[in-house]
Amino acid sequence: MKLSSIPTIAPSPLGGGGPQPKLPHFVRDWFTMRGWTPRQHQIDVFVKAAQGRSVLLIAPTGGGKTLASFLPSLSELKDNGGQGLHTLYVSPLKALAVDIARNLEHPVREMGLDISVETRTGDTPPAKRQRQRHRPPDILITTPEQVALLISMAEAPRLLGTLRRVIIDELHALAASKRGALLSLGLARLQTLAPDHRRIGLSATVADVNALRAWIEPQSDDEGADELAALVEGGGGATPEIAILDTDQRIPWAGHSARHSIGDIYWAIERARMALVFVNTRSQAETIFQQLWMVNEAGLPIALHHGSLDATQRRKVEAAMAAGTLRAVVSTSTLDLGIDWGEVDLVINVGAPKGSSRILQRIGRANHRLEEPSRALLVPANRFEVLECEAARAAVIEGAQDTEGPAELKLDVLCQHILGVAGAGPFHPDALHAEVKRSFAYRRLERALFDKAVAFVSTGGYALKGYDRYAKLRPLADGRLRLAHPRLAQHYRLNVGTIVAAEMVKVRLVRRRRGGLEGTSALVGGRVLGEVEEWFIEQLKPGDTFLFAGEVLRFEGLDGLNAMASRSSASDPMVPSYLGGRFPLSTYIAGRVRAMLADPASWGHLPPQVRDWLSVQRWKSRLPRQEEMLVETFPRGSRHYLVCYPFEGRLAHQTLGMLVTRRLERMGAQPMGFAASDYALSVWAVRDLSLMIGTGRLSLQELFDQDMLGDDLEAWLEESHLMKRTFRNVAIIAGLIERRSPGQEKTGRQTTVSSDLIYDVLRSHEPDHILLKAAFDDAATGLIDLGRLAQLLARIRGRIIHQPLDAVSPLAVPVMLEIGREPVYGEADDALLEEAANELIVEAMRLI
Amino acid sequence: MTPFSRKPPTNSSSKPCGSSELTRIRVGGLELLADLSGALHAPDYRALLVADLHFEKGSSGARRGAHLPPYDTRSTLKTLMEAIERHRPERLLALGDSFHDRAGPERLDEIDRAAIGTLGNAVDVMWITGNHDPALPASLGGRIAAEIALGPVMLRHEPRAGATWEIAGHLHPVAQITRRGRNLRRKCFIGDGGRLVMPAFGAYTGGLNVLSAPFGVLFPERRFRVWMIGGRAIHVFPSDRISP
Repeated sequence: MKLSSIPTIAPSPLGGGGPQPKLPHFVRDWFTMRGWTPRQHQIDVFVKAAQGRSVLLIAPTGGGKTLASFLPSLSELKDNGGQGLHTLYVSPLKALAVDIARNLEHPVREMGLDISVETRTGDTPPAKRQRQRHRPPDILITTPEQVALLISMAEAPRLLGTLRRVIIDELHALAASKRGALLSLGLARLQTLAPDHRRIGLSATVADVNALRAWIEPQSDDEGADELAALVEGGGGATPEIAILDTDQRIPWAGHSARHSIGDIYWAIERARMALVFVNTRSQAETIFQQLWMVNEAGLPIALHHGSLDATQRRKVEAAMAAGTLRAVVSTSTLDLGIDWGEVDLVINVGAPKGSSRILQRIGRANHRLEEPSRALLVPANRFEVLECEAARAAVIEGAQDTEGPAELKLDVLCQHILGVAGAGPFHPDALHAEVKRSFAYRRLERALFDKAVAFVSTGGYALKGYDRYAKLRPLADGRLRLAHPRLAQHYRLNVGTIVAAEMVKVRLVRRRRGGLEGTSALVGGRVLGEVEEWFIEQLKPGDTFLFAGEVLRFEGLDGLNAMASRSSASDPMVPSYLGGRFPLSTYIAGRVRAMLADPASWGHLPPQVRDWLSVQRWKSRLPRQEEMLVETFPRGSRHYLVCYPFEGRLAHQTLGMLVTRRLERMGAQPMGFAASDYALSVWAVRDLSLMIGTGRLSLQELFDQDMLGDDLEAWLEESHLMKRTFRNVAIIAGLIERRSPGQEKTGRQTTVSSDLIYDVLRSHEPDHILLKAAFDDAATGLIDLGRLAQLLARIRGRIIHQPLDAVSPLAVPVMLEIGREPVYGEADDALLEEAANELIVEAMRLI
Repeated sequence: MTPFSRKPPTNSSSKPCGSSELTRIRVGGLELLADLSGALHAPDYRALLVADLHFEKGSSGARRGAHLPPYDTRSTLKTLMEAIERHRPERLLALGDSFHDRAGPERLDEIDRAAIGTLGNAVDVMWITGNHDPALPASLGGRIAAEIALGPVMLRHEPRAGATWEIAGHLHPVAQITRRGRNLRRKCFIGDGGRLVMPAFGAYTGGLNVLSAPFGVLFPERRFRVWMIGGRAIHVFPSDRISP
């Protein structure tokens, strides 16, 4: 298996030879021996590191980044190995650690160095981990979670005090997550334990380079500008060649199946050496994979790869790709990062790209010779996605980035870290606060909030002081706090980390025994195909069919934590989809799509069908200008619809839908429901909305006023399941409730208290609690996307245009087709209960 | 066993306001009113029944380091007081597991302790013992019993397989219905006319699905109905309508 950078260091176009005075002799000799020339960025990183600087290296994959990051350490260790841990290499991908180590051992051996390289992940045997604590290697390749564990050990000062360098891989992805926040705190700790260590961050191109430079560098106490690490840029390589699939088939109005273009996708695969087919959700991966095999007349080896599949199954697919025996792999974001396959010469992205950085990253998976352009094919699954693909293509050509910035001030992660620090020994709150503020993610952490976090760790931090006698942190005479009991440190180690997996159920393939009775006793157990979210399985009845691991399966029943399923002969699954890995539409792409809609002169690239669609919209209704928001109202059936087009992504639209329905209710419009897509929101009501607006009884300016983010939001959050889900994650990360250990009995009265009940009680008795703040902050940027919603409401103030219509407009069709397709979380539960009860009454009253 | 006999109705008006959310349930000939809070009102006996209050469940793991918000007792008491306000009973009958553990009463904070004391001013309190609270301190006030006879119906904590007419708690019944791809899981009363198992009342109490084994013993062949507690009303379903 090849790995990004090291094995793919291609001969430089300059040819061997040239002057390279900056690198030490043994490194230059090694390059010469391999017939290679060091890249400029490898030299630059080395020079900056030798000057004692921390460095952010930005280069596309395949640019020799990993080697560049190791060269300074190899040089320093040349004659000084074996004196304790020198370099930590932190990668978000546990599965890659072993490969990175193996690939580093080649140059180490060939340079004749006596340097020990080891890995440490959750998979490392306890005996080896134990040994590493006493006799550490020179270079340790590990994960953010292991860094947190290392600093929580009593021997951390001795073990980590020798550290001279920390290398952080895939920094662009890591920094944006809570794992990044945890690592950021870990680095601040390492700064105290090993003040002389320097850092190297490896990143793909990002929107805000300085944020990552500051992330790498310890921050100072003053409130001025951030401290920045040195920057080395590896150059961008050739501009990718991007085509958008032009099909003779009718482009669907809605949906994400891309069924209409399967033939075209297959045609493209046939013509490529090896293709990566990226999709946005796991169910899409399953569907595309199944359909490709239906048209696979040539019997091409096409495989499937997504996060729900069994790990060994995934490793097999990766190995087959590395061996070059596959022609295509259908994959979700599981292959966005990580290993390179030199053979891949085409990336096909099915569905909307959602963000320009995401699509750039994916396209970068093709063709790792920097000097040749990557080739990509974008396949829109519906008409709006055609616009989105066009916007993404333009963005990629400009090299525009829309990556998320680093995660900051994650309070649940801070709570976890404080307990970890206490595990290593007593700490003084003043010192720890100062230390934490040196991390980029917490550089703006106020003392009051820090004290709340400490109080939470110690006693739960409640106004009611009942837990003082059970405090986890006990003060010493000198003001330091120590852990009350060593058991707490153990407990911390079992719960470390910020990844809270959805509750998963294993899918086990079973066989019906011929002639057996119906029911589980006649089922013969088989292998595990993978895992799916518990809630998906819960909605299935025995006998339902669904698509999983490339097959149509029949659900047979639940047995503890196993969902039993047998092969089905049906060709179409009854339960079409399960979610997983949806991406929000980026603000940047959304802005471009709005601009495109507003400007008919830019429609030249669009397929005729899409052009017609927009032209008819202009004729029957209107097209909003870029900064406007169009609101259409029209009757249909017995209902009256309001459709608006904010283009802020499905999550923000869902929240808007909840809030707007509340307000319509109050304004007497009698709303009945709503549906949201990435582009639009549709609300339907009993009353004639066109009439209400026309006669001034309903004001759109008032309906979409920013004040909805006050009381209405408050009232909705009270009952929102989205908030409860967010709270659960926060409560687990902060250590309030435990992760469910595997095999724990599922049914039966739980001895633990459900996080939903805790949320209800906490919210009514202590609404200012630190965990509620943490949950709200998360939800605001996550599941309820308040940030985008607030931006929208500010943007459209005074710019709402209303168009009453007699019938549905062309632009409204896609979101109208979403109605009934998407479940709306958490709301109207009582309405559903009532509906179920009423159904009984209707049945009972039926006269036959 | 502490028997209660039927009281002659003194005043026929039993607080009509807010009673639209009341649902009638019959057990052994008794007419009972299910309250949205999960309590059960027996108007003929001027008694309010609640099961599984689990006071101080939140603080029960504090010694081990689980510092759950210590407001569950307060929440439970508030809901209980509201139910008492609504029905104005003369007595409150708690069907066991009123405290989450034996040490629960000691962990009460002063406000909650006082609130339990003032319960005694409004109603006569009778605590039935449960497996979580087999012994209760006298300082709690009220009377303590293992079982109570409410006319023909026995009140006890754990339902008894052979019993004819009884109302019990202990099992924390919840029922689930599946609707438009969504699972709605709610606390519920479960009964067959002769036996009724009440939902757990406590703020931190979880639940056990009524289609699981312990209920099968009590209600063979799924001959039962459930009264699911919604946000605005209680909904009754036959056993073939609910999902596991």
